[in-house]
Parts: sequence; C-alpha cells; structure tokens
Amino acid sequence: MCGIVGLFIKDPALEPRLGELLARMLGVMSDRGPDSAGFAVYGGGRPGFVKLSLRAAAGVDPDRLEAGLRGIAGAEVAIALRDTHLIVEVPVAAEAAVRAALAADHPEITVVGSGARMEIYKEVGLPAAVADRFGLAAMTGSHGIGHTRMATESAVTTNGAHPFSTGRDQCLVHNGSLSNHNALRRELARGGVQFETENDSEVAAGYLTSRLAKGEALGDALKAALGDLDGFFTFVVGTENGFGVLRDPIACKPAVMAETEAYVAFGSEFRALAGLPGIETARVFEPEPATVYFWERAA
Amino acid sequence: MTAKVIDLATARVRDLNAALHADKAHRHWKVLNPAGLHSIAAGVDAPVTVEVDGHVGYYCAGMNQHASITVNGNAGVGLAENMMSGRVHVKGDASQAAGATAQGGTLVIDGNASARCGISMKGVDILVKGNVGHMSAFMAQAGSLVVLGDAGEALGDSIYEARLFVRGTVASLGADCIEKEMGEAHKAQLFARLKAAGLDGTVDVSDFRRYGSARTLYHFHVDNVGAY
Repeated sequence: MCGIVGLFIKDPALEPRLGELLARMLGVMSDRGPDSAGFAVYGGGRPGFVKLSLRAAAGVDPDRLEAGLRGIAGAEVAIALRDTHLIVEVPVAAEAAVRAALAADHPEITVVGSGARMEIYKEVGLPAAVADRFGLAAMTGSHGIGHTRMATESAVTTNGAHPFSTGRDQCLVHNGSLSNHNALRRELARGGVQFETENDSEVAAGYLTSRLAKGEALGDALKAALGDLDGFFTFVVGTENGFGVLRDPIACKPAVMAETEAYVAFGSEFRALAGLPGIETARVFEPEPATVYFWERAA
Repeated sequence: MTAKVIDLATARVRDLNAALHADKAHRHWKVLNPAGLHSIAAGVDAPVTVEVDGHVGYYCAGMNQHASITVNGNAGVGLAENMMSGRVHVKGDASQAAGATAQGGTLVIDGNASARCGISMKGVDILVKGNVGHMSAFMAQAGSLVVLGDAGEALGDSIYEARLFVRGTVASLGADCIEKEMGEAHKAQLFARLKAAGLDGTVDVSDFRRYGSARTLYHFHVDNVGAY
C-alpha cells in the first residue's frame, strides 16, 4: 500500500511550519505504511557548500568524525547529529575527497543523499516515531516529501525506506511497483548512475537523475518516464527548487492534491491534507493519470 | 425535527455508523469534521437523511439502503460502493470507483468522478455533472451512467447491459462498447435521470449520445480473443 506526502510552500511566511505540517501528514499516513518512514526536507544552504546526509550505525563518534573530515575538507566542515543520521556540510570542492574518505575509513556510514539544501532521513519504525527521532516537526524549509512504507516485495530495512536520492538535491518517493526495473537498472548503471539497493523505486529515482543530468527539465523528465517506466506508480519528486507529481496511465495508486496561495500539498489520501492551514478553501483535486504536475520556485 | 449532530473531531466513525443503525428516533443526521475519514455513513439501512459537512475518505455511503446521504465536499475511493437503494449526492468531486457494483439507488456527483466510475454497476443510476475518468462503466451490467462532461479512455469496456449517456467527448470506447441510436425511449429515460438530479429544463437530452454493449463478448468466441 504505502503512503506518500509532499508539501511545497509558495508563501515564505509558511516556511517555519514546513516540518510541523509534514510530520503531521506522515503520522496520519501511518496505517498505509507502518514498516518504515522517511522524508526529505529542503531547508537552508550555504553558497559553495554541499550537505551530505549520512546514516551511521550506532556508536559513531561525531566529534572524532568531524576531526577526521576537517583534516580532509578544511576547518569549515560542520556536522549536525540527529539520531542515526549526520548532516555534514563541506565545501563543494571537497565533496569527492570526503566521500572517498568515508568509503575508505567508515564502512559503517552510508551516504543517503546530498545537495545544496536537501537533507534526507529514513528509518525503520512507525512514521510518527521516525519523525520524532529526527525532530522533523522543528525543521523549516521551502518543501519536503515523505513516505510511509508497507513493505511488499523486499525486506523491512532502512535501505528499503524512501525517499531515494540518486542525484544532488533530487529525491523521489514512490507508491506502487515497477515491472521493468531490473532491465532499466542495468541500462542506467551502464550510463553511470549508481544504485545502492535492489529497490525498484531507486531505479525510478536513477532514471530521473539520468535525464536531468542530460540537461532536461524535470517536467520533461517526468513525461519521458511515462514511456520508459512500466508498472504502477504515483511519484512525488523534489529538486532544489521544484516539486513534481506523476501517476501512471492506469492510476492504480491513490493521490489527492490541494493548492492554495500559500502551498501545494500532496497526499495518498485526503486525510493527510485535512490538517493543513486553509484547507477548507483550498482547491482540492485528484491528479490525472499520465499527466505531469510540476511547481518551481525561483532559486 | 432537529438534526442529530455527530462531530467526528471527537466521535469515532464506528460510533457514528453504530448510531445510524441503532438510533431509530432520529431521521436527520449531520456529520461534522469528516476530515477525509474512511467509511463514513457506510452500511446505513434506514430511510434517514445524512448530511456530511466536508471531504470524506474511502467507502463513504457504501452498501447504502434507503438513506439519502449528502456530502458537502469531495469523496475518496469507493463512494457508494455496492449501494442497494436510496440516494447519495456529492457536491464536490469523487475519486476512483464511485458507485462500483452498486445495485440500485441514485448517485449524483456535482463535480468530476475519476477512473472506473460505475465499474461493474448492477442497477444504480449514476449522474456526473463533470467528467468521468478512464474505464468508467467497466463491465457494467445494469443501470445508467449519465455524464454531462467528457469521458476518459475505454468507456464501457466489456460492458454487458447498462446504458451510458455522455454529453461531451469520449476519449475512446472499450472492448464491445459501441455508440447506439438515441430513440424516444432512451430520451425519456435520460430525461427522467436528469429530472431526478434537478436538471430538467436546464440540460437538453438531444445533446447526449448513447453508448452500450455490442453483445459480441457474451459468449467466448475465438475470433474475439484479442478483445477480451
């Protein structure tokens, strides 16, 4: 089943409430997916820096890690610890060296995403508990997406939790199942896309990343996905400044959206949107099958 | 008689539905703060009036018998599924599979209905003032589907005997669904449906086209194998 949510804020006055609203939306979707949950939040960023979202096994000492990374990336490295996740901010020029050092010296650490503004958190457990552990309610930002997972075809592990991120500031949550993901994964891997899991949803993320890497606009990449991805899907995707929604032509998986002057919101069910401010007067609609929906804010 | 008010901000849907069964003293109910909850006023079996103020979730008014249920908002998946009799009126949009397998009664949707509206309908009369999505009236067996707007792909796929009336465009017809002649009896049936929805005098029956079963798929025939 799975539940997916997304909130794209148009009115900056609402940005301080992004995490609080997203946390509530995730919590409501618990009974669509009680196995694991995850979310991506687009908050602030420092020019010239990239944030790496890392998941660490218990026992990683953030101070020692910070000291080690300073040796590689310089004194401006900043590390924030949130439960099992670490957000490491490093100069863009040092990203490759930091990634290499992490891979070599810290096999217990997984890079789950990176970007100028995006942070990703995901864990096994009830969605409300996952949101609590990472302090989602206190996070701020311009947009975010989230997922509550009911594991069907693969194990209940943190690796199987969404969102999936295969490109800088790009992430995707998926409700459904793809049938041609194996062939597509091989093809994308040959083209240089790196995959961390066997999950079909990661292939969808990788597909969009490969199109965006060719300079395609997100709207066009989503349109192309309709022809190249086979299976059932409702996707919600985030980029540094954008927010997109796509459903397959059969539209088996549910979706409902609400738009006001202040935001665009997505939920698998209306229940997820019921607590949003101004929902009483929002334009509530069901996204059409095989139709690209996309919003973008000036950078 | 004043309406009995149930506020779902404090009461559970289960309590509401139990009360709709057990409380014979009230004939008029008002439901507040539905907030997209599932199964609101499902399984009602009494000639009562239920008014829901807001958007409802899945399976609202499912299995309805005798009741008149109005939703002042949108409805989620499976609205009035398997309704037996009575009337369900949604003032906003309805999601997928509205009126699925419904055997009787009237379902009126003021906005759009999405995919598979009236799937396997078995006698219900459905009227949608907006558009319907793809595969509407899939395997429909009896009843009528009146669409004032447009219909999506594969309308009436594998249809048996229901009558479909569409005023707008039809993206495509499904297997074994064909356009049929609009005779006087059909116009009269359509007029009755429009009248029941309060649209008599405002919508002209001659603006509609009728669709139904070509009846070539009733019995398996190998020449039709590609159409199944």
